[in-house]
Amino acid sequence: MKHDALSSRKLQKNDNTLLNNLVVAAVILITMAILKSSKFFSFTNFQSMAYQLPQYGLMAFAMALAMISGGIDLSIVGMANLSSMIAALMMIKLANLIPNQNLIIYVIIISCLIAILIGLLCGLLNGLLISKIGIPPILATLGSMQLFSGVSIILSKGNAINRLPPLYAKIGNYALFNIVPLPLLIFILLALSVSFMLNKSAYGIKLYMVGSNTKAAKFSGLHVDKIIIQTYCLAGILSSVSGLIMMSRLNSAKSDYGQQYTLQCLLIAILGGVNPQGGHGNISNVMIAILIFQFLSSSINMFPYFSNFYKLLIWGIVLLGVMIWNKYSKSR
Amino acid sequence: MDTTPQTAEIILKASNIKKSFSGVVALDGVDLEIKKGEIHCLAGENGCGKSTLIKIISGVYGMDSGKIELNGHTYHKISPIDSIRNGVQVIYQDFSLFPNLSVMENLAYNTELAQKRTFVNWKRLRKIAEEAIRMIDFNIDLDQKVELLSIANRQQIAICRALINDAKLIIMDEPTTALTKKEVQNLFRIIKLLQVKGISILFVSHKIEEVFEISERLTILRNGKNVLACSTSEIDNQDFSYYMTGKKFEMSCYDPTIDYSATPILKVNNLSLKNGFNDISFSLYRGEILGITGLLGSGRTELALSLFGICPADSGSIELNGIDVKITSVFDAIQNGIGYVPDDRLTEGLFLDQAISDNIIVSNLENLSNKIGILDNKKRIAAIKEWLEKLSIKTSDPRDNVQTLSGGNQQRVVLSKWMSRNTAILILNGPTIGVDIGSKNEIHTILRSLAEKGMGILIISDDLPEVLTTCNRILIMKHGNLMGRLKSSDISELELARECISN
Repeated sequence: MKHDALSSRKLQKNDNTLLNNLVVAAVILITMAILKSSKFFSFTNFQSMAYQLPQYGLMAFAMALAMISGGIDLSIVGMANLSSMIAALMMIKLANLIPNQNLIIYVIIISCLIAILIGLLCGLLNGLLISKIGIPPILATLGSMQLFSGVSIILSKGNAINRLPPLYAKIGNYALFNIVPLPLLIFILLALSVSFMLNKSAYGIKLYMVGSNTKAAKFSGLHVDKIIIQTYCLAGILSSVSGLIMMSRLNSAKSDYGQQYTLQCLLIAILGGVNPQGGHGNISNVMIAILIFQFLSSSINMFPYFSNFYKLLIWGIVLLGVMIWNKYSKSR
Repeated sequence: MDTTPQTAEIILKASNIKKSFSGVVALDGVDLEIKKGEIHCLAGENGCGKSTLIKIISGVYGMDSGKIELNGHTYHKISPIDSIRNGVQVIYQDFSLFPNLSVMENLAYNTELAQKRTFVNWKRLRKIAEEAIRMIDFNIDLDQKVELLSIANRQQIAICRALINDAKLIIMDEPTTALTKKEVQNLFRIIKLLQVKGISILFVSHKIEEVFEISERLTILRNGKNVLACSTSEIDNQDFSYYMTGKKFEMSCYDPTIDYSATPILKVNNLSLKNGFNDISFSLYRGEILGITGLLGSGRTELALSLFGICPADSGSIELNGIDVKITSVFDAIQNGIGYVPDDRLTEGLFLDQAISDNIIVSNLENLSNKIGILDNKKRIAAIKEWLEKLSIKTSDPRDNVQTLSGGNQQRVVLSKWMSRNTAILILNGPTIGVDIGSKNEIHTILRSLAEKGMGILIISDDLPEVLTTCNRILIMKHGNLMGRLKSSDISELELARECISN
């Protein structure tokens, strides 16, 4: 028997989530082309979308990874705020200590690295709670979400931390050739790396396997605990980068920034075909879901007479509609 | 055994049933006739249409053409309600019980719902449940949660539930798959009890011994067609296998020439595990297939799990090729070249919703990737192709989920997982559970050829004919102790069965 299917470049079968979501994205774009062509398809609009999207896009990846492993990560926003909070406090302290303001760039780099380390440690805590102690992911990360936010509140006494070095906001708003924003570059780079890891590395296959059946993974000799811990660490790192981007965009850090992102990211991941039972989902699909999300929220803002009261309503209708459609086209 | 007179009332008559699923013909003009109070067996390999036929009789699927006569009513279209009203009850393999509820609640809810009661009266519930279990002389604590019960007990509850719903025909879909020998005997006792009450049983199975032991008449399907319908007494084992598969099989013992003076590849010295087994010592030589048999609870599975590092032994030692090794985790076992094929293929052996290809390579990823863990796609595809071909796993697309494969092909995927790693010792717990006869023989052939190439194979099974034909030596375990060692050519099935049960 021949197995020609294997010779094709992709070793995984695509479901029709990708196609469906592309259609949804196209529908939104076409609608906007008809209704608000000049406003939507303007350079300013696309650039502002490019600035908005990375901060929750990275958290959506973090959520998707945790979900592929068969769990969930509710602490993404908590990790983002805690790590940006510590980075902000460090920047301000160190900036006052250094004699020469030309060294400020090193202060920023060190603070960012520390923030990423904090994200990693937060993820490690989640991973240990889930794998070694055996707390269900939804409870473990619900608890750690409170813990991380709590630490941020204590560190900041509940206030926003302002007066960051001006250079930091400058870096965050930098755009390559005045066109491509730096946060978007970071986002694309990380998206490609995560996608590569899932598709081309042994870790990727192991992650899908553990997500699909933990017991069989154990009987196949996979280090289940290690893979779970690695995954939550990765989610922590992605969240902390997202926190740093958020901090540069708002030019401050606060313990309750971006609270709405937790559930939004969950929705994006599910919209992107990540199976809440674990074992299924891929980054390119989640990427399209992130775009749909961004197109939609930018579009809604362009109809001032809808007012903010209608925003959630439209949101809910579109999301439910897309999920019902996905469900139907899958069962066909 | 055939005591039912030919003129007995016919309770179910299905004639010329046809059914296809999106162009694929599942049933092509099948007939089935069951008399009142008869134990009828429906046999056939996986995929022959047995399950489809049951689902048509119970109204789950509609039929494309044909008719069903139940208690004298003729149906060209039958709904689940029609079927139940005519006393047809199906006991599926998963029993459809509520695991989080008590035995009593499980038994009584159907009646309560049927009577459209709004309030719960615990006394009435208990009465219904008590009556139900009395019907088959079944002793059980009615307040026990169903999830805590053994498979055999759950099955009995499902039978009781069928009885309260006034069953005239009980269809049992492969009821013995997850039962031990003793539990099977108990099930047979219950079936005979039901027969005395005038209830007909349709026993769906592909296990030869059981079919011959319990059924009076049988119907064999192959590829969606009737191949035989007759009294069980009219045919023998050989005929049965032939009608099921359309092929002739020769059963011969495995009798290789073994060099017993060489260093054994596996030597187990005084291995003990608390609440598992005591003081087990044996050797496995190159080219041998060693069988370990015993009743459920004899410690055979625990021994296998210890050798594979899942529950490491408390004391004793394990030698591989004369070298002492410590096996305290699955990883240790795999690094030392030990592979394990679990008895529960669906939850322990396979990733059902993942690709066939990934299931094959999952335990071999370190050989297919470089130092930093990046996979080599060429090697990966080559490995997958190699094993699909070597074990002739039948699939049109290896990226399909494993659950799309038949039982026999699934088991080959589990085997390939270990063979692709050059495993030196393979432990198989119930290697052919839920696998049809044709595939069973092919799996045995694969195991023999592996042994001939020098792999040491340990088969743990309570399927005595399997142990006798595939293994060259047999160890018998009882209550955690090793009680007998013998050559399989020196003993008959009956003697082996006696050895296992005796004290």
